[in-house]
Amino acid sequence: MAETSASTWSLGEDDYRRIVEHLHALLKESNGRCALLVDRAGQLLAHAGEQLQFDPTSFASLTAADFSANDQLAKMIGEPEFASLFHQGEKESMYLADVARRVILVVLFDQRTTVGMVRLRVKQTVLDLTKVFDEMFSRFAGGAAPGGGVLEGAEDEIDKLFGG
Amino acid sequence: MSMINYASREINCKIVYYGPGLGGKTTNLEHVYQKVAPDTRGKMVSLATETERTLFFDFLPVDLGTIRGFKTRFHLYTVPGQVYYNASRKLILKGVDGVVFVADSQIERMEANIESMQNLYDNMAQYGYDLTKIPFVIQYNKRDLPNASPIKDLQAQLNPGWPVEDAAKQKPGPDPWHQGEFLVQQVDGTWVEQAPYFESVAVTGDGVFDTLRAVAKLVLKTLS
Repeated sequence: MAETSASTWSLGEDDYRRIVEHLHALLKESNGRCALLVDRAGQLLAHAGEQLQFDPTSFASLTAADFSANDQLAKMIGEPEFASLFHQGEKESMYLADVARRVILVVLFDQRTTVGMVRLRVKQTVLDLTKVFDEMFSRFAGGAAPGGGVLEGAEDEIDKLFGG
Repeated sequence: MSMINYASREINCKIVYYGPGLGGKTTNLEHVYQKVAPDTRGKMVSLATETERTLFFDFLPVDLGTIRGFKTRFHLYTVPGQVYYNASRKLILKGVDGVVFVADSQIERMEANIESMQNLYDNMAQYGYDLTKIPFVIQYNKRDLPNASPIKDLQAQLNPGWPVEDAAKQKPGPDPWHQGEFLVQQVDGTWVEQAPYFESVAVTGDGVFDTLRAVAKLVLKTLS
């Protein structure tokens, strides 16, 4: 059956806290500078570590586009996907990994660590985060309203905000 | 894929501007960027060729106000209009919450409009999205040009409507944006629904915010 639209989902405060804890643990063990979690539609979900020196919203949209483009390249060469990507810079590098086919984990790091160390630690974090997201989405599948009814009955307010 | 973030008190939605090449999609975003208050918008990102043709996408995040304590953040994307960029065009539709089709009103661009509309339906279907069920508005751009087709012709070619199967919806539905017109009406005995449409001159900004407000409102109503 065709979906009426891409499904709505929500990130609750408890889930958010668990996610950020996993990101902090990853940074501590890998010595990365910061970690971001971005959904496949390009929205930033969470961030941990050093203060970002760039626009995180643009970064998130480009990350999702980067991952999507590479997914298509993978298919062209006969791979189902590239589960992770590595972009190497002179001083700063980034490592991206798929989580549950729904979100992308990004770790930014410099010479204080190595790509091998980051890759090793990311593997465990991907497993931890997959568990969090699987639980979250099984709650939605079990009937919990993903939007939590946040705008239920807000038709008048929406009309007021946008006119008409 | 609207995402409600309770931690940051934000509702994030994705809107894609689709349409034929040189129709005015990027111009729509540029106008929004110039006119909204700097503290309510983010950086505009354009992945374009050296000749300023969109290669992958343009991106602009804007806040359109607060409802029930949640900031409404809309991520506006354009796709590359040129036919041969279909692979990247399709990627941008992933997770879309609302679509604006920017048609070029010039008579000689009618074929390009039709081809792009067909391509939109095809690409949406490949993700399993149904364009007749998600927020979708059509913008007829370049209305100021002398060779612009009449709205009636554009509507007939690009927005003929789709049959309304649900008996509960088979009643006249007035078009809130055009007095005396209907979005749901009976045509030759069949109930038909059309997408809302807007006229625009994106280079001067006419109709740009009307279009954006309409699609944003339709997207938020899906959450209410």
